[in-house]
Amino acid sequence: MRIASLIRTFLIAILLALVLRPDWFEWAFAPFAPVGGPIIYERASLLSLSLSHLGLVAAASMAATIVSVTLAILVTRPAGAAFRPLSRTITNIGQTFPPVAVLALAVPALGFGAGPTLVALFLYGLLPIFENAMTGLTTLPPATMEAARGIGLSRWQRLTRVELPLALPVILTGIRLSVVIALGTATIGSTVAAKTLGEVIIAGLLTNNTAFVLQGGLIVGLFAVLLYDALVMAETALSNRVGATL
Amino acid sequence: MMRRPNFPALSPPGLLFAMLGAAALFAPFMTLAANRIVAGDGVAMWNVAGPQVTVVALSAVITALVAGLFAGMARVRLIGAIIGLSGLAALLAQGGPALLVGAGEYARVSPSSGFWYLLAIIGLLAADAVTELAPKPTARAALLIAVVGVLVLLFQSGALATLSISNEFASRKGAFGDAAVRHLWLAFGSLAVAVAVGVPVGMLCHRRERLRRAVLPTLSFLQTIPSLAMFGIMIPILGWIGDSFPAAQAIGIAGIGFAPAFIALVLYSLLPVASNTIAGLQSTPPAALDAARGMGMTQSQRLMRVEFPLGLPIILTGIRIVLVQNIGLAVIAGLIGGGGFGAFVFQGLNQTATDLILLGALPTVALALAAAVVMDIVIDLTKTKSEQAS
Repeated sequence: MRIASLIRTFLIAILLALVLRPDWFEWAFAPFAPVGGPIIYERASLLSLSLSHLGLVAAASMAATIVSVTLAILVTRPAGAAFRPLSRTITNIGQTFPPVAVLALAVPALGFGAGPTLVALFLYGLLPIFENAMTGLTTLPPATMEAARGIGLSRWQRLTRVELPLALPVILTGIRLSVVIALGTATIGSTVAAKTLGEVIIAGLLTNNTAFVLQGGLIVGLFAVLLYDALVMAETALSNRVGATL
Repeated sequence: MMRRPNFPALSPPGLLFAMLGAAALFAPFMTLAANRIVAGDGVAMWNVAGPQVTVVALSAVITALVAGLFAGMARVRLIGAIIGLSGLAALLAQGGPALLVGAGEYARVSPSSGFWYLLAIIGLLAADAVTELAPKPTARAALLIAVVGVLVLLFQSGALATLSISNEFASRKGAFGDAAVRHLWLAFGSLAVAVAVGVPVGMLCHRRERLRRAVLPTLSFLQTIPSLAMFGIMIPILGWIGDSFPAAQAIGIAGIGFAPAFIALVLYSLLPVASNTIAGLQSTPPAALDAARGMGMTQSQRLMRVEFPLGLPIILTGIRIVLVQNIGLAVIAGLIGGGGFGAFVFQGLNQTATDLILLGALPTVALALAAAVVMDIVIDLTKTKSEQAS
């Protein structure tokens, strides 16, 4: 797919330019700025906002991955089987909670700043990963599991050498869903004073400066699309590898 | 291992709940603050109201936790949880006026962490018991109506009128009604448009492999764009349309407000609707299709009389995803002047008024939960129907 990789390179170049050299685009954003008002957001460097935005998403998603995969492993072992129906109920109910509501409800408990955003991203990120890890670990091909038992692998060996590698592509899909939601929720995190790219959009909304709104929107949108694309590519590569070894 | 006769086994989740619940008893149950902005002081469960009320409420909560211990006895657990929830409500209703006595004109009382923990724990106990009982769709509908009825009665009766969130509500009655209507319009209106567009698109893609491979990735990229960014990108586009075409402006299309929020929600909804329509239509068993062909049905007859009815549960699952998602996303419309419950959430965040945040967040959560339950009932009803048909 040459066209796809061309588009990808083009989008990455635009994103980098928007973040690192925002003044290059002054001509494009100028028509949207109020007369005489600022065109390019300068209250904080876009690079530092991007890094702190991505940092929040990465930290929350990593923590959510570790916790939810561990929980999914525990619940799919014989000893944890009693918790399985309950964990399903919690995932079903939890996923109907809107991410923004989780964020807003974290504020009374934790105050303003990066803290509540991180907690909200983490809590909301748990569900898709847990759900997919459960699916991955409970729908393994019975023949493979039989074979693993047959060649005398211990429970631990079966888990680390057979079950987790086979479930990995499905788990990765969960991580992708979770990262995409986290990226969007982190944008709204700037309403509770977390330093994220949402700040640019909110500043634009508050001062009626559409140039800011567009600038922030484009950067966040490009980050989301490119990250999603990268994770899809990782999944395809992984499931091809898993398919090849089977 | 011999099991003792006539004694039900303990359930591990029940033990976990009992431990968490026992810990939550010691967290502050309510807070008393000098006014609506400052942080209040926590009040323990046994200091909230008079001794009689406390004893009754405490024993109700303990009944719920103990009933939850027994594995298998879902009915007992459900009844226990209902007793526990009533106890929590009673203590909240009695504690409000009791704490406000002599606390000053601007004093506010609100439920605190202990109440929320216990509500979550006992609520989960109830949900877990209901899941295990697996009631029929009609019974679930009755249960939902009963829960909604009890909540409405509880608020109408004025039993919770002394709580801070009721004060916030009382001073915004009109605005709350408008916000509710706006929120429902945003969520259901965008769903209707998405269904009107997405289902035909899905039907078109159903038999056209190449179209499908172009449409689905485009829609999933659209869904990837964070909501605030999507609203942000909509604003200049719609602003330009509104400024350039007086007719568009006349029907309310402008940069900020309802229109960008509505259109963004429609764009988000297209993917689940279209992809589930395709999945639903593809799920028809080959035998049913063969039979339809054998009866001499044309392609469009097969689509409308066989594939569509059989795929309906999966299509409705897509609609459920969209509805729950839109009810949540509509909150963000509050940031761009689109109204809805989000307006309260963001006002509350600006004023650091916790109860105003809750006034926006709690109805949203309740609406999303109710929508999920209703859609699950509808999906189950169509499932049994399509099973009977096939």
